[in-house]
Amino acid sequence: MTDVPSYLSPTGQEIVFLLLGVVAVGAALLVVTTRQLVHAALWLVVCLGALAGCYLVLTAEFVAWVQVLIYVGAVVVLLLFGIMLTRAPIGRAADLDSRNRPVAAVVATATAIVLVTVVIDGFRTAYAPLEPGGGSAREIGSSVFRTWVLPFEVLSVLLLAALVGAIVLSRTDIRGRR
Amino acid sequence: MHVVYPAVVSALLFSIGVYGVLARRNTILVLMSVELMLNAVNLNLVVFDVWLRDRLHSGQVLTLFVIVIAAAEVGLGLAIILALYRNRATVDLDRLRALAEFPVPSPEDADDHLPENATEETAGQASRASAATGPTRPPGRDDTPEATP
Repeated sequence: MTDVPSYLSPTGQEIVFLLLGVVAVGAALLVVTTRQLVHAALWLVVCLGALAGCYLVLTAEFVAWVQVLIYVGAVVVLLLFGIMLTRAPIGRAADLDSRNRPVAAVVATATAIVLVTVVIDGFRTAYAPLEPGGGSAREIGSSVFRTWVLPFEVLSVLLLAALVGAIVLSRTDIRGRR
Repeated sequence: MHVVYPAVVSALLFSIGVYGVLARRNTILVLMSVELMLNAVNLNLVVFDVWLRDRLHSGQVLTLFVIVIAAAEVGLGLAIILALYRNRATVDLDRLRALAEFPVPSPEDADDHLPENATEETAGQASRASAATGPTRPPGRDDTPEATP
């Protein structure tokens, strides 16, 4: 990490990453500012897909495909189900934003300024050369099942508990104890 | 790849998520913003794993764990939102300000929500009806039959 390449001559990977990052940030801005609820979910798909592309560029292939499968495939579909089941207004709705929107904008801008300043100041000289194969399914799988077995199993029990809890919460014929 | 680029993208995504959590009224939109913040953290984890060349791949494995936990969180959150919608007939965070079981509508609440529709009335009726039956009765879901659309 002693010889850091210049910022003025970006590599192809950096250009691709920056384009994907611009897509992700723009889609995220549209998620939090659009006036149509369903469009917010669809822009979330764009944002998460661009982030999966970012993971691919960063040689984390397995994480990228898990992101596509779970986030784009499952989480967004769940959110769309939630939108449908709460009978949200389809189409343009005027009251999606709360009244403390200026305060929220100020807080978010302050957060962005602080974080970006600190990050640029801290990691200006950091350079990570990308080598393919570091995040392949083989590497991650052997790492998960060799080193991280116990958290993995605990996580599966947690997921089971969360799903049982979701079923209990959404069934109407299970009553509380009197 | 300079580490600054992914870190800045992640910081921007996180602050956009902060804005969404603070500024949105619909609960599902707030959940979406929470997902944005989790994704910002995931991007950070992946890039620092690549930068530090961790032999155990702790960053990427932790990213997988965060993705799984986010899926569980969305499942539970949507179940809670649906239960809330069955009880109150709204998922509007600005209107869900009751901390007690039987909210007594105060006059400042009444003029606080001028553009009201029927949901606040039904909630008020439900609270009065359940208050009439006595405070020992727990608020079951069937106490507000008129709240279901």
